[in-house]
Amino acid sequence: MTAPLNIITRSTARSRFGAAFAMFRNRKSITGLSILGFFVLVAIFADVLAPYSPTKVDPTARFQAPSFEHWLGTTHIGEDVLSQVIHGTRGVIVVGFLAAIIATLIAIIVGVISGYLSGWRSEALSALTNVFLVIPGLPLIIIVASMFDNPPLFVIAAVLGLIGWAWGARVLRAQTMSLRNRDFIQAARANGEPLRRIIAVEMLPNLMALIAASFVGTVTAAILGLTTLSYIGVIPVTTYNWGTILNWASAQGAFRQNQWWWYLPPGLCIAAIGVALSLINFGIDEYVNPRLRSAGERARAMKKKGLNINDAVTAVRTNTTTKETR
Amino acid sequence: MNAIQTPLHTEDYDALEVGTTATTASKGSVRVPWRFLGGRALFYAFTLWAAVTINFLLPRLMKGDAVSAYLARNRNISPEAADGLRALLGLDTDKSLFQQYIDYWSLLVRGDLGVSLLHGLRPVTEVISQALPWTIGLVGFATIVSFAIGTIAGAIVGWRRGSRLDAIIPITTFLSTIPYFWLGLLAIALFSVNLRWFPIGKAYGVGWSPELSFEFIGQVIHHGFLPAMTIVIASLGGWVLGMRNMMLTVLDEDYITVAQAKGMTNRRVLWGYAARNAVLPQIQSFALSIGFIVGGTIVMEMVFSYPGVGKLLLDATNAKDYALMQGVFLVITLSVLVANILADVAYAFLDPRTRQTGA
Repeated sequence: MTAPLNIITRSTARSRFGAAFAMFRNRKSITGLSILGFFVLVAIFADVLAPYSPTKVDPTARFQAPSFEHWLGTTHIGEDVLSQVIHGTRGVIVVGFLAAIIATLIAIIVGVISGYLSGWRSEALSALTNVFLVIPGLPLIIIVASMFDNPPLFVIAAVLGLIGWAWGARVLRAQTMSLRNRDFIQAARANGEPLRRIIAVEMLPNLMALIAASFVGTVTAAILGLTTLSYIGVIPVTTYNWGTILNWASAQGAFRQNQWWWYLPPGLCIAAIGVALSLINFGIDEYVNPRLRSAGERARAMKKKGLNINDAVTAVRTNTTTKETR
Repeated sequence: MNAIQTPLHTEDYDALEVGTTATTASKGSVRVPWRFLGGRALFYAFTLWAAVTINFLLPRLMKGDAVSAYLARNRNISPEAADGLRALLGLDTDKSLFQQYIDYWSLLVRGDLGVSLLHGLRPVTEVISQALPWTIGLVGFATIVSFAIGTIAGAIVGWRRGSRLDAIIPITTFLSTIPYFWLGLLAIALFSVNLRWFPIGKAYGVGWSPELSFEFIGQVIHHGFLPAMTIVIASLGGWVLGMRNMMLTVLDEDYITVAQAKGMTNRRVLWGYAARNAVLPQIQSFALSIGFIVGGTIVMEMVFSYPGVGKLLLDATNAKDYALMQGVFLVITLSVLVANILADVAYAFLDPRTRQTGA
C-alpha cells in the first residue's frame, strides 16, 4: 500500500522540481545561462586563470599592445589587462548576485504581502513601492556611497539591493492580486490553511517565473550600477572590477590614445553578461507569455503557405488540413 | 474596447454619422478624469515628501561633516568661522532633530537650499539654475527622440512579426545592455579623437558665453550631438522591445480581427487600433524609467564634461559639498516627478478607461 504511494509522491516531487525550471528549458535561456556560468567559473577560479597578479607592476612593459606575453596588453604601469579583467569578474559577480538576492527577498515580501492583503495596508505598501520606483536611484546611490570612506563590496551590494527592489515588488503584487481570487486559493483558504502555507505552498510556485525574471533584471541593474559607480570613482579604485579598469583607462587617456586593448575588453564583458542576462529573461518572458514566441512562428508558418498574416482577407483553400489555432 | 459603452456619454449623437468606432464616438466629449488625476496628485505629494525627508536625513545619519572636509582643504579658517559655517549650513547640533527638520522645510519653502562650499559660498539655487537648462535640454530631447523612434519601430516590428525585422530586437538589446558611459567613451574615441567630426565634450566652444545667435546655437548643436545620440542609442532597445511585445499581445485581440473584417486598411488597423492600445503600457513604463534614464545621463555628463546637474552632482560628491548634493538630488527628483506627471496626464487623456472612472 505504501509502495505505490511513495512512487506517486516521488514522481510528483520530481515533476514539481522540473516544473520549477521549465522556464529555463528553451534555447535562449540555456544560451544565457551558459554565458553566465562561464563568468561565474572565471570568478571562482580567477587565481588559477589569471596569468599575472592584477596589480603586478612592470615598468619595462608600459602601454603595450596585445602580445604573446600579455594577451590583452598592459596598462600605464605595466599591469596585465587580462589578469585585471579576470580578477574584476569577481567583484561584478559577487555584487550582482548579492544585490539581486537582497532586492528579490524584499520584492517578494513587499509584493506578495501587498498583493494578498487588501485595504489601506495594501495601498500603503504599494505607495512605498511606487516611491522607490520614482525616486532616481543612481543619484541616491552616489550620495549614499560617497558617505562611506571606503565602502566594502557588501555595503555597495546592500545599497544597490535596497534601492532596486521596487520593480519586482510591483510586478509580483499585480500577479498576486490576480492569483488571490482564483479557485485553488479560495479552496485552500476554505480548508483552513494558515496564511504562511497559502503563500509558501500555493502562491510562490505560481510566482516562480516572475520572481526569476525580476531576479535576473536586478542582477543586470546591479552590475550596471556597480560598474558605473566604479567608473565615476565613488567606489575606491583598489577593489578591482570592470568599472575600475575603465576608470583607470579613462584617467590615463586610453580613449584618446587609441589603447583599445585597455578599454574594449571590460566594456565588452559588461555587454556580454548583460546579453546573457537578457537572453535568460527573453526565455522566461516567452514561457510566461507564449504569444511572444508563437506569434513569429505562426507568421512564418503562414508565409510558407503563401499567406500574409496581416491580410484582412482569408484565402479560402480547398485542401486545408490544419486550422490555425488562436 | 470598453469605450464603446455609450450609456456613459449622455450627449446625443447619431451613431451612423459619427461611426461606431471608439475613436470617433468619444471624441465628441473629452472628459477630464478628475478622480484619476486627484489620486495621482496625492501620490506625487507623498513621493515629494519622502524625497525631501530622505534628503534631510541622509547627511545627518552619516558620519563625516561638510565643514570638517572644507576645513581640511582651507587651513586658514578660525574655529569661530567654522562654527559660523556650521550655523549657516544648518548643521549646528544643539537643536533637536525635529527642530532641524522644521527649519529645513521652512527654508525649502522659501526656495533656500543653502550655500555651496564648492562654488565660493554662492547660493545652491543659483548654481543649479545655471546647470539645469543644459541637462533638461539634453535629456529631454534625447529621451523624447528615443521614445518616439523606439515606439514606432517597435510597432512596425510587432506588426511584421516573423519577418526579417525581428533581427532588430537582439541588436537593440545588445546596445541597451552596454553601460551608457562606455558607449559615450567609445563615441568620443571614434568620432572626436580619430575622425575629428565632433568636439571632445563641453556644451559649447572655449571662449564663448551663452547668447542668442545662430553661431552659438550651432555650437550647442555641434557639441550636444554626440551625447544626445549616445543616450538615444543606449535607451532605444527598451522602447522597441516593450512596444513589440505589447503589439504581439494586442494583435491577437478580437477587436483587431473585427477591424480587419470591417475592411479597414492595414494602415488604420496598425496605427489606429493596435498601436494605439499597445502604446498605453509604453507611456506607463516611460514614467517609471525616466528616473533610470536620468541616472544614466548623469554619468554621460561626466564623460562629455557637459555642464549639467549630473556633473554638478559628481563634483559635489567628490568635494563632499553636502548642500549642493542635496540640492541637486532634490532638483533631479523634482524633474523626474514633473516628467511623471506629464506622462500621467498623457495617459489619462489617451486611455478611455481612466475617463470612465472619472465620469
